[in-house]
Amino acid sequence: MSNNTKPKNKSRRRFFLKAGLGTMGVLALGTYVFRNPMRRKIYELSETLVPPYNGSGTEANLWFEMTKENKLIFHSPKVEMGQGTFTGFAQIVADELDLNINQIIVKAAETDTGIIDGMSTGGSLSIASMYQPIREMAATMREKIKLEAAKKLSIDASSIKTADGVLTAEGKIMTYAEALAEVTDWSLPDTPELRPFSSYKYIGKPIPRTDLKAKIVGEPIFGMDAEMPDMLHAAVIRPEHVGSSLKSADTSVAEKMPGVVKVVQMDGWIGIIAESFPQALAAKNKVKVEWDIPTVWTEQSLRDYLKIGEGDKMITQKSGAELEEGGDGVIDLEFTSPIGAHAQIEPNGAVAHYKDGKVTVKLSTQVIGITQKQVAEALNIDTENVNIIGTYLGGGFGRRLDTNHAAHAALMSKEVGKPVKYFFTRKEEFQNDMFRPPTHHIIRGKVDNNGQLEALEHHYASGDVAINAALFPPVAGTVLGTDVGAMRGGNIMYKNLPNYRAVQWHRTLPFATSFWRSLGLLANTFAIESFIDEMALKAGKNPVEYRLAMLGDDENQQRIRKVIEECASKANYNDKVSGNKAMGFAASIDAGSPCAQVVEVSIIDNEIKVEKVTCVMDCGLAVNPDQVRAQCEGSIIMGISAAVHEKMTIKDGRLFPIIYGPYDMALMRNSPKEIDVHLIQGVDVPLPVGEPPLGPIGAAIGNAIRRITGKRLTDLPMTLA
Amino acid sequence: MKITFNINGKSQSVDVDEHTPLLWVVRDVLNLKGTKFGCGKAACGACTLHVDGEAVRSCSYPIKFAEGKEVTTIEGLGEGDNLHPVQQAWMEEIVPQCGYCQPGFMMATAALLEKIPNPTDEDIDNNIVNICRCATYYRMRKAIHRAAEIKGTNS
Ligand code: FES
Ligand code: FES
Repeated sequence: MSNNTKPKNKSRRRFFLKAGLGTMGVLALGTYVFRNPMRRKIYELSETLVPPYNGSGTEANLWFEMTKENKLIFHSPKVEMGQGTFTGFAQIVADELDLNINQIIVKAAETDTGIIDGMSTGGSLSIASMYQPIREMAATMREKIKLEAAKKLSIDASSIKTADGVLTAEGKIMTYAEALAEVTDWSLPDTPELRPFSSYKYIGKPIPRTDLKAKIVGEPIFGMDAEMPDMLHAAVIRPEHVGSSLKSADTSVAEKMPGVVKVVQMDGWIGIIAESFPQALAAKNKVKVEWDIPTVWTEQSLRDYLKIGEGDKMITQKSGAELEEGGDGVIDLEFTSPIGAHAQIEPNGAVAHYKDGKVTVKLSTQVIGITQKQVAEALNIDTENVNIIGTYLGGGFGRRLDTNHAAHAALMSKEVGKPVKYFFTRKEEFQNDMFRPPTHHIIRGKVDNNGQLEALEHHYASGDVAINAALFPPVAGTVLGTDVGAMRGGNIMYKNLPNYRAVQWHRTLPFATSFWRSLGLLANTFAIESFIDEMALKAGKNPVEYRLAMLGDDENQQRIRKVIEECASKANYNDKVSGNKAMGFAASIDAGSPCAQVVEVSIIDNEIKVEKVTCVMDCGLAVNPDQVRAQCEGSIIMGISAAVHEKMTIKDGRLFPIIYGPYDMALMRNSPKEIDVHLIQGVDVPLPVGEPPLGPIGAAIGNAIRRITGKRLTDLPMTLA
Repeated sequence: MKITFNINGKSQSVDVDEHTPLLWVVRDVLNLKGTKFGCGKAACGACTLHVDGEAVRSCSYPIKFAEGKEVTTIEGLGEGDNLHPVQQAWMEEIVPQCGYCQPGFMMATAALLEKIPNPTDEDIDNNIVNICRCATYYRMRKAIHRAAEIKGTNS
């Protein structure tokens, strides 16, 4: 792996240009000096551990736009949901295009004009997958701007210097905007050599987020804040019971409520459209609905349905011999994790306007491209007639990898001939989430005469994560066999073990389950790393050394080793109990980024308190180290929340709780006062950041609790009472 | 029903049902979108604003109670272009991630500092009980202490 300064596969890589600015009506607006349309083929980053950027295929796409004021708008194929991607993109663009970061505005691209990543915004891949393509494109644009300036100034392009959006040569000076004024030929030069890393002013620096001020003064940047002229507000009724469907509804009272414009009964849901949101909500409560509830699910029936030995089986990893269940010296430990809710604070919603066979939708979504298809399908129109405008997201966490509700807003708009805005109530968010599936794990191991593991197996059962997701084609589940999402963190990472394997059991549950930040990683690592800790304890060995002994020598194994050693040393790790306090250790690798954590836990009156967390991660090049730290801090506290607080249950066929509070989450008082993050740059390209730190936290806490109390907690969320 | 109150220092009259939550008047009638909807049940704090200097969860505050009162939202927290010490501290510590919950937290913090100018960690734990799903609590705690410092120096 290298920090490529040479563009790869130059001959195969092409930019496609759309002819004529006039056709896009941009000049007519008079605002923009140029819009630069180009399209790339699927980008190949074969040397990295990260899946490639996968942009849309055939229509022209726009990346850069220069305004008269000499500001550059970067139309981002990825959205901003808090992870700092827009800031990272601005840094990358600034360094190769020689702009001051204040001259760059990053916006989520619209489907009408932008290039959208078919892979969505997720998987912690935004910076990792876009680092190389954006640098190359920015460098290419820099070259283009120089060539245009050279023509205008009648000088040699090679003599031109660029800085802060200004070109200078032979005593002459010109802004980028001036250089590009009236350009009509948008053919692009070859991508020049990229700048040496040492020349970068922004990449690798902890600069403040570019959206900081907007978020401090409360600017209306979110989907919830979006409006359209003359819009109406709607509330929607959807099933409360798992697996239920709409039988009949009496809407007569609701229709006569103040402000109500129309009540529509659609396929499986009812929309109440009114002049204001409170009016729509009041009328919604007057609709009498009868539901068809074929099966009343309970917690027990769910657990019986989803367990190891039930559903589809797939071996996801195997090396060496298999252990025999109940065999001589074979030890089993069983773990579970509950249904988890996304609970992002901004509810899902959309504002849509259907007019003359075309639809415009504004919303918070991680899947702009897929939402366009869903809306087009629901209205039976071509995708070209649907424009999706992505806003800033009030949290994503995987919840917005399917935003099918955009289609509901569009259908309601069509019914009333006006724009319609609607969003989920909090109860609907909790009952109609696409949950983190519950899981069941058996870790099976056998130790040698020294107490070191000689065989380790992870058997795990999960509901859908990637299978049946809108993000993937329907065949993906059957072709792959395995749920690649449930598998995250499910395989054994210690390759020096003589025998290891991982076996997945999969079942589709009666309610929607899908991507929840870090996917299977949280629960899988909890199970595996708790078991390993238990074995180290039994053998009377230091758990850090116990782990190091199981690691091999290849590059990846050494990266894991380094992270583990560094973390133990930074935290001054020891496995002694002092009063009601102890440290806990755990490690994991996710999407190529190894991470280790030491937690300091205290227990007072059965309350589990995480006092301090030391986190060491090797995520390669940190484009913005401050934002990487922020992701670690957030992931750690979200992980604490999942590991010791959160849990959804099924009662009488319904999912509970339906509100924050009863859905217990980590608050300020549950957050560690100290979080010490250390980053290692084991490779010189950026690797995933936003999810890997969720791996170790649960097991690390459990391992500390085990030392303080002598109890091995095996069910998430962990409680002592 | 016609209700008159001050919002961010300016007098406003609205004509809405008296039970309408203050949040929706602020967001949809007065078009101040900085105050957020998160739950509608006083459970998350995203909608926190000030009524006569007190932190209030506006999603559960009927508009009729605002009659004659002084309402402050995030848009009116600073003075003109000057950010409030809480906002300054939030900038310094680079607190927001997605940012959605942040106005509510800043409003809750600003109200806390009026009552307890130098809050201890325990004061913060007991009084700042909003929810941030991005879990920016670690930086928020630092920012709250920093805001107390800035405010102390200014006054
Ligand atoms: S929206 Fe008011 S407390 Fe949640
Ligand atoms: S910053 Fe995202 S919810 Fe708080």
